[in-house]
Amino acid sequence: MGLSAGELLARLREVFGERIIDTHEHCGDATAVIGRDDALVIFETLRDRPDFAFSMLVDVTAVDYLGETPRFEVVYHLHSLSLNHRLRVKIRVPEDEPWVHSLVGLWKAANWVERECWDMLGIRFVGHPDPRRILMYEQFVGHPLRRDYPVDKRQPLTPERDPIEIGWKV
Amino acid sequence: MASAADTALSRRADVDAAEEIMELQMGPSHPATHGTIKFNLKLDGEVVVACDVEVGYLHRGFEKMIEQGTWTQAIPYTDRLNYVSPLINNVGFILAVERLCGIEVPPRCQAIRVIMSEVSRICDHLTCLGMAAQEIGAATAAFFMIEGREMLWDIIEAVTGARVTISYTRIGGVTHDLTPDTPDRIRASFKHVRALLADCDALLTRNRIFFDRMVNVGVLSQADAISYGLTGPLLRATGVSYDVRKAQPYSGYERYEFEVPTGTNGDNYDRFLVRFAEMEQSIRIVEQALRDLPDGPVRIDDPRYVLPEKHEVYNSIEGLMHHFKLIMEGAKVPRGEVYQAVEGGNGELGFYVVSDGSGRPYRCRVRPPCFFGMAALSDMMRGHMVADIIPIFGMINMIGGECDR
Repeated sequence: MGLSAGELLARLREVFGERIIDTHEHCGDATAVIGRDDALVIFETLRDRPDFAFSMLVDVTAVDYLGETPRFEVVYHLHSLSLNHRLRVKIRVPEDEPWVHSLVGLWKAANWVERECWDMLGIRFVGHPDPRRILMYEQFVGHPLRRDYPVDKRQPLTPERDPIEIGWKV
Repeated sequence: MASAADTALSRRADVDAAEEIMELQMGPSHPATHGTIKFNLKLDGEVVVACDVEVGYLHRGFEKMIEQGTWTQAIPYTDRLNYVSPLINNVGFILAVERLCGIEVPPRCQAIRVIMSEVSRICDHLTCLGMAAQEIGAATAAFFMIEGREMLWDIIEAVTGARVTISYTRIGGVTHDLTPDTPDRIRASFKHVRALLADCDALLTRNRIFFDRMVNVGVLSQADAISYGLTGPLLRATGVSYDVRKAQPYSGYERYEFEVPTGTNGDNYDRFLVRFAEMEQSIRIVEQALRDLPDGPVRIDDPRYVLPEKHEVYNSIEGLMHHFKLIMEGAKVPRGEVYQAVEGGNGELGFYVVSDGSGRPYRCRVRPPCFFGMAALSDMMRGHMVADIIPIFGMINMIGGECDR
């Protein structure tokens, strides 16, 4: 077994010092908040240092805290196959500059999940080699998982027609 | 196997023919891809040089819809993720919510969840392997496997009331107990499924045609598989013994004895063997769970989360109030966030849920295992023939509902 959540967070603070903005432990999950400028260095250390050994980037997503500042939280889940421990890393980004550095250079898994995060929540991943939408279509306007995107908004590719209006006999 | 592409490219230089890279769009509704997906291929003759995979045709806003209703109303949506093994999705989602609430479910409920999850996993693997066999011409094996799946789905139907859209779990328990004859029916089906699997093993595993189509096709190295975030049979086929049920046991998996089969080459054939061996392990788990099935309730007794019995609703004011509050406002899940991983049919199925303390989920993110497999697909295909696309794709076992959400 790897480190427990508490031990892991203590080790993180020891190694990174001030660069860890905040840590907390909830329901057994360890969370560390970092700044986006240090992100690439910290993630590389987390992957390569033998006592962290986070070989797998499990997931990248974001949460939109509409009305709070900063508005977005980009959430990374890491897992170490050899040491069997998990870590959640968060980067808070403001509404007017919603970007973080892309991790494609560190983990190949980052490619598609970062595209999805851009598509769904409009977080830009600087340095991403292929920043296209992935689930929605190219012509789609906006980012559907933002809290201010109306759930019933429709964006059909061809205009919708009322069957009665165009004279369909039922 | 980049060498096939290399030889094809060098042959072009020798043969002075006006060959050029051809672009071919395969899909979105190709009869051989079960699931709506588009491959934008660049071909040199019959060899795939590059492939751009387009997903998202089945996107229906799963994560957005979950934010609209109560926590309980989210359960039917999870059925429609991996619709071949919906029980595992139900269990994964509800485990995440229960961890936020700090709920420990009764032992019988845990065992039932394990039994139903493993039966679903067998169905999932049977479907994947049966379809993969059929796509390369072995229709007999496919019919055998589907026969096995139908037997197991009948049991699932008898217990939950539906074959696919089952919504079996609730916060703090499951909807129904097993029917009295379920253990015997499962045992009887397993006897039959084992016989079918032995037949399929004889039909496929040492079959020359199957062997040639699967061995050394779609190879992915261990380092690449880890870097791509692959889990489940795809990762285990490269030799990594990672299974969420062993690494971070949930719902009492630590009580059962089972092995985690691994491969060595990380090719299609190893993925096939790993899935095949896992079905036997799942059968073992269910047999142990049935043998040690504890008695007792199948849900907790906590009016904050569990609907009261109908006679209480009609005959007592407290029952009526609890019922009304739970239906109209939803169960209040404490503020917080949690990531819960379960071993789905295709790998690590993760639920990252955020609650703001109200009756509705603030955010629910699903980590779909086959989305990561699809990301690695173009690397697996490069250098192979067009005809190999289908078996490689089949072994990733993309389920549109889960990949596109």
